[in-house]
Amino acid sequence: MTMSEFHTLFQNGLSKQNAGLVQLLGLCPLLAISNTLVNALSLGLATMLVMVAASGAVSGARHFVPHEIRIPVFVLIIASLVTVVDLVMNAFVHPLYLVLGIFIPLITTNCIVLARADAFASKNRPLHSVVDAFAMGLGLTMVLVVLGGMRELAGQGTLLSGIDLVFGENAQPFVLHVLPDYQGFLLAVLPPGAFIALGLLIAAHNWNKARADQRARAAVPAAA
Amino acid sequence: MMQLIKAASRNAARTGIILLIFALTATAFLVFTFTQTQPAIERSQQAKTLALLGQVLPPALYDNDLLDSQKSMPPDELLGTRQPSSMWVARRGEAITAVVLEAIAPDGYKGNIHLLVGIDIDGKLTGVRVTAHTETPGLGDYIERSKNPWIDQFVGKSLLEPDARHWKVAKDGGHFDARAGATITPRAVVKAVKRALEYFAQHRAALVAPPPKAAPAAKPAAPAKPETPAKETPAS
Repeated sequence: MTMSEFHTLFQNGLSKQNAGLVQLLGLCPLLAISNTLVNALSLGLATMLVMVAASGAVSGARHFVPHEIRIPVFVLIIASLVTVVDLVMNAFVHPLYLVLGIFIPLITTNCIVLARADAFASKNRPLHSVVDAFAMGLGLTMVLVVLGGMRELAGQGTLLSGIDLVFGENAQPFVLHVLPDYQGFLLAVLPPGAFIALGLLIAAHNWNKARADQRARAAVPAAA
Repeated sequence: MMQLIKAASRNAARTGIILLIFALTATAFLVFTFTQTQPAIERSQQAKTLALLGQVLPPALYDNDLLDSQKSMPPDELLGTRQPSSMWVARRGEAITAVVLEAIAPDGYKGNIHLLVGIDIDGKLTGVRVTAHTETPGLGDYIERSKNPWIDQFVGKSLLEPDARHWKVAKDGGHFDARAGATITPRAVVKAVKRALEYFAQHRAALVAPPPKAAPAAKPAAPAKPETPAKETPAS
């Protein structure tokens, strides 16, 4: 794998084809679980883990899977991996498992995972597929984290609340009370807040892209 | 024609077998993970129950294995339960010191609020925790101990203190605080806790009866009359 291929895959995953901001895939967990930073980060990482493992497995098995049954096989692979993640989280980070609840099994139905398996991993070598899945997952996680941070800050005035669910009671002091004595802003915590915050993020992303395009267009004639 | 059908069925069989192999591999993988994680999952579930029980019972009250003391209770209107619920019995030495009941407040803002209510032998609350609810996040969820110490005000209360007229939220002229803007939720919790205390008072004799084998030891605890605070039969 060359450096430029690597670069392209990351550029697609993080920005150009970002799952959350451009492809708008996998919005169900994105909107439901992004009410705090810790929740968002945890679900993002779990999704990324499943994507990387699923893409690697799909790519490795791609020569053995007849075209007609590729979707059932991919779903089977993804569902098994999700179940493994579900069991492992239940066993080792139980409190967090209780918070994320139904959204872990629902990673199975997250279309971004199947989309990368079918659109990329089934046609590319394992290394490329794994890197692609990692970049896509990272892009999604970043959007989730920003969204979670925005909503938590606006909704509760804190950051990293619930970190004790991951690292135990001792992590409690890491919770940042950014706005002390904050009364809370319910809209940000409830589902509409997720749509509004995502809308703002997409707008910012598009604005940024439009500016970059404009600069590129301006630069071309000058160079010519 | 025959040839075509033959080729198609051979192809279908091949596809089926491939699918089967994938399914078997995935199943084996899952079985392996399941057997590897099962003990840890059970442990964390028990630890969670124990931690919750520890929050409603002061450690000084018991030295027995609480998980072991779990009993099933028939559904009861006062507990708000429609299905059998659990009860745990705290003992120090042989003497029963407290019980923990599961209760449900059916009239929360958005449905049932599940509670764990610790009551000592004198009918005083040792602690109350909300275990599950669907109240509005950020508004009605201050009943969760992790969000707000509100629920601590039940500790030490009994049917005598405050008296029946004051077993209400402050807004209704009662003893218990509630945050402005969200009174339905605490009202439901206060009512459910009171009913759990009444349940304990009514069933006290049965609930704190010594285990059958140690029975002959003695003093028949007079069955408390309904609504009678447990206090009137002092513990050992």
